[in-house]
Amino acid sequence: MGSRASTLLREEEIEEIKKETGFSHSQITRLYSRFTSLDKGENGTLSREDFQRIPELAINPLGDRIINAFFPEGEDQVNFRGFMRTLAHFRPIEDNEKSKNAAVSEPLNSRTNKLMFAFQLYDLDRDDKISRDELLQVLRMMVGVNISDEQLGSIADRTIQEADTNGDNSISFNEFIKVLEKVDVEQKMSIRFLH
Amino acid sequence: MGSSVLCRAGILRGVSCMLLLLLLFCFGGKCEVQESKPSPPTNLQSVENEFNQPQAYPEEERANLPMFTMDYSRIQIPFEITLWVLLASFAKIGFHIYHKITIWIPESCLLIAIGLIVGAIMHAVKEEPPAVLTSNVFFLYMLPLIVLDNGYFMPTRPFFENVGTVLWYAVVGTLWNSIGIGLSLFAICQFEVFGVQDINLQENLLFASIISAVDPVAALNVFEDIGVNEQIYIVIFGEGLYNDAVTVVLYNMFSFLADMPVVESTDVFLGVARFFIVAAGGILFGLLFGFVAAFTTRFTHNVRQIEPLFVFMYSYMAYLVAECFAISSVLAIITCAITMKHYVEENVSQRSCTTIRHVVKMLATVSETLIFFFLGVVTITTEHEWNWAYIVFTLLFAFIWRGLGILVLTQIINPFRTIQFTFKDQFGLAYGGLRGAICFALVFTLPDNINRKNLFVTASIAVIIFTVFLQGISIRPIVEYMNIRKTNKDLNTINVEVHSRIMEHVVCGIEDLCGQWSHYYWKDKFKKFNDRVLRRILVRDNRAESSIVALYKRLELQNAIGLLDAPMGDLSAAPSIVSLYDERKEASRPKRKFLAGDVRKMHDILSKNMYKIRQKTMAYTNKYNLPDDTRTKEILIRRHASIRRSLRAESFREPSAQNTFKSQKYYSLQPGGSLETAFELRRRSNGADVDLSARPQSSDVSPRSSSRSLLPMRRLNTIKESGGAVEPPAVPPHPHTDQIDGDKDPHEPMQPPQLPPPPGGWVRENQNGEGNPLLRHPSQGSRGSVSF
Repeated sequence: MGSRASTLLREEEIEEIKKETGFSHSQITRLYSRFTSLDKGENGTLSREDFQRIPELAINPLGDRIINAFFPEGEDQVNFRGFMRTLAHFRPIEDNEKSKNAAVSEPLNSRTNKLMFAFQLYDLDRDDKISRDELLQVLRMMVGVNISDEQLGSIADRTIQEADTNGDNSISFNEFIKVLEKVDVEQKMSIRFLH
Repeated sequence: MGSSVLCRAGILRGVSCMLLLLLLFCFGGKCEVQESKPSPPTNLQSVENEFNQPQAYPEEERANLPMFTMDYSRIQIPFEITLWVLLASFAKIGFHIYHKITIWIPESCLLIAIGLIVGAIMHAVKEEPPAVLTSNVFFLYMLPLIVLDNGYFMPTRPFFENVGTVLWYAVVGTLWNSIGIGLSLFAICQFEVFGVQDINLQENLLFASIISAVDPVAALNVFEDIGVNEQIYIVIFGEGLYNDAVTVVLYNMFSFLADMPVVESTDVFLGVARFFIVAAGGILFGLLFGFVAAFTTRFTHNVRQIEPLFVFMYSYMAYLVAECFAISSVLAIITCAITMKHYVEENVSQRSCTTIRHVVKMLATVSETLIFFFLGVVTITTEHEWNWAYIVFTLLFAFIWRGLGILVLTQIINPFRTIQFTFKDQFGLAYGGLRGAICFALVFTLPDNINRKNLFVTASIAVIIFTVFLQGISIRPIVEYMNIRKTNKDLNTINVEVHSRIMEHVVCGIEDLCGQWSHYYWKDKFKKFNDRVLRRILVRDNRAESSIVALYKRLELQNAIGLLDAPMGDLSAAPSIVSLYDERKEASRPKRKFLAGDVRKMHDILSKNMYKIRQKTMAYTNKYNLPDDTRTKEILIRRHASIRRSLRAESFREPSAQNTFKSQKYYSLQPGGSLETAFELRRRSNGADVDLSARPQSSDVSPRSSSRSLLPMRRLNTIKESGGAVEPPAVPPHPHTDQIDGDKDPHEPMQPPQLPPPPGGWVRENQNGEGNPLLRHPSQGSRGSVSF
C-alpha cells in the first residue's frame, strides 16, 4: 500500500518524525499517503484550500479553527512535518509513556499539550487568555440559530465566572486546565490511528 | 401550557377523522358485497336501457335516460386499493399528531394496531379483506419499491468501508439462522406429541428462512436517538438490507426444494453454487442497468420533466429482468440504485433530484404501510391454525438462534475490525432483530401446495407481532438503561459541557481529515478511475469540481445565501435569564449572580442546541423520512463566509485580528422562527433586487432596506466596534442590510467577490439564483452606523 508514496518520503525523515511525534512507521506512511492525496498541487505542502476541500470539514462547525490550527503563525502552507506535528497531539497516550520520566521534553500528546491545542482553538489572538468575545465567538459557532444573544451572553458569562479565579474576566491557560481537571482529556482528545 | 390542550384537540380531531374513515371504508366494503352479486344482470339491463336497443326481453319497459347510475364493480379494485392506501396514510397522520407516541412505539406497531382494528371491524360485519396481496403483486409491485428505497438512500461510503462486516452478518448470519431454526423445528416435529409430524425438512427450512428476515428499523430509530457507534449503525442497516436479498434467494431455493420429493446431496451442492451465481448475477445486472441509466441522464437536459422517470424505469427494469432469469432481483435493484445515484444526481436538475428522492420515499412508505396494515387485517380475518408447540418453539428458536448467531459471528469477525463490537453492541444487534413486512409477505404468498400453510401463516404472524410489539416497544427502555452515564449531568459545570463538545467536534474533524475509516488505497484508486474514465462518460458536465462546490450545489445554496442577506434578529430573550445587552460596558458590569435554576436552564439550552458531532450515517437511514440536512445546511450557511475568507490567507494574518472579527457576525433567528420560514420570506421579497446585483453600492443605505420591513431585526454585536453606534434594544423598523460576507476586509471594498479559481464554480452557480447576494455590496460604510 502506497509504495509510490514511501519512496518520496525518505527513511531518515520517517525516523525523525517518529522520534518527534511517536507515531509508528506504518502510521507515518499511511498518513503520508493521505497527505499526498490531499495535496492537489503536488508541491509537498498543503494550503488552506486543500483542507477546505474535505467536505466533512465544511460541515464541521469548528472547521475553520481546526484548519487554522495546522498552520503556524503567519504561514499559508504546511509541510508534512508540520502536519504530523499537529496530528501528534491526538495520539492516544500509551501506558508506557505515562510512566516515563519527564526527562525528555514533554511529548506532543501529553495532557497539557492536548489542552493547549483546545485552548488555542479559542484563543485566536494568542494572548494566552480567552476573553469573553473569543468565548462568545466559539459558542456562537457551536450553537444553532435558535439561541438569542442574551442567552448566549449569559452562558458565556457563567462560563467565565466558573473558571476565572483571578478576576480578570477571562480564562487563562491555567484556569482552563483547572476547570477541566475532572475530564478525561486523554481519552476525549485521542484518535486511534490506523496502522 | 397551551400546547398540550392543542395536542389533545388535535388528537381528538385525528381520532374522529380516522373513525369516520373506518366507517366509510366498511360501508364501501359492504356496498361491494351487496353490489357484486346482483351487478352482472343489472349492468346488462342498464346498458341496454341506456342504448335503447331492441331488447331480448320484450317485457322490459322502455326507460328514459337514467339520471343517476352507479356502477361500483367497474371501479372496485382501484377504488379499494386507493381507499386502503388513504386509510393507512391517515393513520400515519394520526400517529404524528402526538409525536411522543412515535418515540415510544415504533411505527410498524401502530400500523399493525390500526390494521387489527380494521380487521376487527370487518370481521364483525362479516367481511372479507380484498384479495390484493397475491404473490405476483407482492413480488412485482411492492417489494421493488421497498428495496429501491433502501438502496437509493444507502450511505455508500460508510457502507463500503464496512462491507465485509455487513455481508458477513447478512449472508452468514441469515444462513445460520435459517438452518439453525429449520433444523431445530424439524427436530421438534419428530415428537409425535406436538402433532406436526407431517412437516418435512424442506418445509421447515423454508419456513425458517422466511422467519430469519429481520427488519431493524425500530432498533435503528432507537439507536439514532441514543447515539450509538455509527459502525454498529451501518452494520445493522446494511444487514437488514442484505438479508432481505438473502432471504428471498433462500426462499426461492427452498420452495423449489420443497416441491421435490427427495433431496440428494448433489442438490445441496447445486444449491450452494446457485446461491453464488444468483448473487453475482444480480450485482452484474444492477451495475449494467445503473451505468446505462447514468449514461442516459447525460442527455436529458432538454427533457427535464421526465428525468425522474429514468431512475424508476431503469431500476424497475433491472428488477424485472433479474426476476425473469431467476437471479437475485433484490440485489440487482439495490446495485442499480447505488451505481446510478451519484452520476444521476450530478446530471439531472435540482428539482428532478428532489422529485426522485421524494417519490422513492413515498412509494416505499406506501408499500410498507400497506403490508403492515394488511397484516393486521389478516390476523383477524383469516382462519388460523394454532399449534401451541410449534409456535412457541418457533419464537424460542428465533430468539435463541439470533442471539447465538450474533455472538458467534462477532467473536469471529472482531479481530478483523478496527472498532470492535462490545457486548452492548451485540445485544443491540440481537435484540433489535424484529421481523417485518417482508417476512409476512413471503409467508402469505406461499404456494398453496404446502400442506401446513395456515400453520406457517399463523406462526409467522405470531412471531412478527411478538417481536414488533414486545421487542419493539421494550428496546428503547432497555438500551437507555444500559446506556446510563455514571456522571450526573447536573454536576457538570457549563465549562465542562462546552469544552467537551468542542473537543468532540475537533476529534471528529481530525478524524475526517485523516480519512480514518477508509481503506484508503482502494478508495483512492477507485476515485482516480472514477474521475478519469467513468465520469467522463457518464456525467454531462464534467468539470473536476472541488467537493465543496458540489456540496453547495446539492444544498441549494442560493436560497441559503438569501437568508444571510436579511439579518435576522430576535426580540425576546429567555425570560428568566436577565437580559444583558451592552457589550461595551462589559468590564464595568457588576458580577452577576446565577441562580441554580439559571444554570440548569443553561445546561438545557446547551444540550438542546449545541450541534452534535456529525453523524455520518444516521442522517440517511431513517426509513420514514428523507435525509435531514437542515443542520448541515445551517452550518454551511454560517460558515460560508468564513470558508471564503479563509481562502484568502491574509485575512488570518491580521495582527490585531480585528478585521476578521468584525466581519464575523452571527445572527440568531426569531424565537419560534425557523430557517425555512426565513427562507420563504426572503425569497418572496427577493424579486425586486436582481438588478442591483451588478452595482457596488457605496451609499449608506441600500435601496433594498426599504422593502424589508417584514421582520423586525436587530444586529447582533458580538464585537466591540470602534465608533459604532450602540443599538437600543428596541427594534428598529428598518433592518439594515449588513450581510455576513458583505463586511469583508476593508481593503477590498467594492469588488464583486473575486474568488480564487477552484471555487470559481460558486460564482457561476450563484449567478443563476434569484439575485446574487454575493455580488451585492451594501454599505461598507454602514457597518458602523445604522441609518433608520
